Amino acid sequence: MILNASGCLDALTAPEVARELDAFVTKTVTPQPRGGNEPVRIAETEVGMLNSIGLANPGIDSFRQDVLPRLAELELPIWVSVGGFSADDYADLCRHLDEEPVVEAVELNLSCPNVAEPVGSVAEIVAAAREATSKKLYAKLSAADGDVGSVAVAAAKAGADGLSLVNTIRGLALDPQTLAPTLSTATGGLSGPALRPIALAAVFVCFETTGLPIVGMGGVETGRHALQLIAAGASVCALGTILFSDPEAPGRIRSELTAEAEALGFENPLDAHALAHGDKAPAPLRRVA
Amino acid sequence: MRREALIVAGVERVGPYSLVSLKRGSLESGVPGQFFMLSPPGRLLPRPMSLCLATRRELAFLIDPIGPGTRALVELVRGQAVDVLGPLGNGYRLDVKRPLLVGGGIGVAPFPYLSERLGRPPAVLGFRTSEHAEAAALVPNAEVAVEPRLVTELLRPRHDVLACGPEPMLAAVARLAPRSQLAWEAPMACGYGACYGCAVRIGGELKRLCVDGPVLDAEAA
Ligand SMILES: Cc1cc2nc3c(=O)[nH]c(=O)nc-3n(C[C@H](O)[C@H](O)[C@H](O)COP(=O)(O)OP(=O)(O)OC[C@H]3O[C@@H](n4cnc5c(N)ncnc54)[C@H](O)[C@@H]3O)c2cc1C
Ligand SMILES: Cc1cc2nc3c(=O)[nH]c(=O)nc-3n(C[C@H](O)[C@H](O)[C@H](O)COP(=O)(O)O)c2cc1C
Ligand code: FES
Repeated sequence: MILNASGCLDALTAPEVARELDAFVTKTVTPQPRGGNEPVRIAETEVGMLNSIGLANPGIDSFRQDVLPRLAELELPIWVSVGGFSADDYADLCRHLDEEPVVEAVELNLSCPNVAEPVGSVAEIVAAAREATSKKLYAKLSAADGDVGSVAVAAAKAGADGLSLVNTIRGLALDPQTLAPTLSTATGGLSGPALRPIALAAVFVCFETTGLPIVGMGGVETGRHALQLIAAGASVCALGTILFSDPEAPGRIRSELTAEAEALGFENPLDAHALAHGDKAPAPLRRVA
Repeated sequence: MRREALIVAGVERVGPYSLVSLKRGSLESGVPGQFFMLSPPGRLLPRPMSLCLATRRELAFLIDPIGPGTRALVELVRGQAVDVLGPLGNGYRLDVKRPLLVGGGIGVAPFPYLSERLGRPPAVLGFRTSEHAEAAALVPNAEVAVEPRLVTELLRPRHDVLACGPEPMLAAVARLAPRSQLAWEAPMACGYGACYGCAVRIGGELKRLCVDGPVLDAEAA
């Protein structure tokens, strides 16, 4: 299965790209509307890109009223990414979405480097969200702070149905002439090729510690990258930065993935699922999203 | 919006700029002021470029090599392939009575195509040096100002201004000709509304320049 990474595609301005996906993931929606950060918001580096978009979004009310009905017309499964500043915020957002039949899953963005950290632990936030909705709940984590395997366990125990791994990691770019930060916020979130080994490790470790279904992402540019995430334990792959240079990436990577798997003797790419774990594979996959 | 690998037909120096001509493939040329995303070899992100010239066989882009992406584009050689996505965004409205093209520096890039489509109207162009001003040869009926003289000194009353250039020039044009159409720039990662990186303030709100622009009415901005 191939999804877009949250914040890396607008299905309303590019429906032809969204239609190539198995499900569309929205940009993170917050309780209140947010204009986002001042420009400059993006910078290219030697190994990836930085962004400091700042969760620009219309807020949950206008999202439900204006955006969701138009997304529903695409007739694609819709995953809604939500973000807040407290466990209550996340619970509220989930209660709203619980009432929306077109929403297939909710992704809890617990890891945006461009806004203040939410108050409350991952366990507390996931538990509050779990209480508020019966939709499928994915906890999106960053590999930035050390022990992502333990954070994943906390999310699993609190009721997460799956994990989305990974979000961006804080980075900085300086203008070569002035040596001043390129982004208005100074630091931003690093995405793209630099994340690839980091994402692989996070997926590998979290699969081992939780056995939960995992949406793997971070620098996926080819079918081979996607197959590696699957071997590490992901059952779904999401495309982020690659969509900016190649809007046709979903179809291309899908066929590369099939070809790559076949070349290695797998009938279906998911036959390579968790192969990197050898005999140490954890509890059998509970559910493939 | 289409994406295609186009073959470089030639690269020609125009003062400090380069005119990169690509075999057209099946891409539409779009409306003048619309742009294309060109993927420089070896870079992660594509770069936005206005279409400079369109013939039946070729699309050409005038490029100022100011950084790694634009330098990689001007170093392309005949026969190489480059990924091109477009046309994108909103171009100039062409239903104007007395057009006057007002450009500064690399802002002349969309004018050869625009001039062609408008029947070669008068143009006033400003450049930093006489070397940069060589690009004026690409625009018919152009009057040129080289610094310290400013292009705004050449503005003519009672014309419909279509402008492209650096921000301070656009701001000055907007003050002198409040009903002009202005082509703005912002750093862009995708060019098709996906990344929200190109936000600019339009009517007090942060909006995506690649979707709502790059050409905006001076009154809107
Ligand atoms: C709609 C649109 C059309 C454009 N058309 C043309 C064109 O026809 N010809 C052409 O040469 N250029 C054009 N540009 C500008 C061009 O896209 C940028 O110069 C290019 O992306 C810079 O990439 P780089 O890697 O070479 O330099 P970078 O390393 O990205 O930038 C070098 C320096 O320029 C500054 N800079 C980067 N991008 C911009 C920008 N968009 N506006 C102002 N300053 C910037 C940076 O802050 C830095 O100081 C256009 C931009 C837009 C948005
Ligand atoms: C411009 C941009 C905006 C993003 N916005 C969001 C967001 O709103 N919510 C979120 O959870 N992740 C966001 N991300 C992170 C991506 O969803 C993804 O986790 C990350 O970019 C790694 O994947 P990639 O290397 O394929 O881009 C954003 C990333 C980028 C580049
Ligand atoms: S350049 Fe990506 S949204 Fe405009």
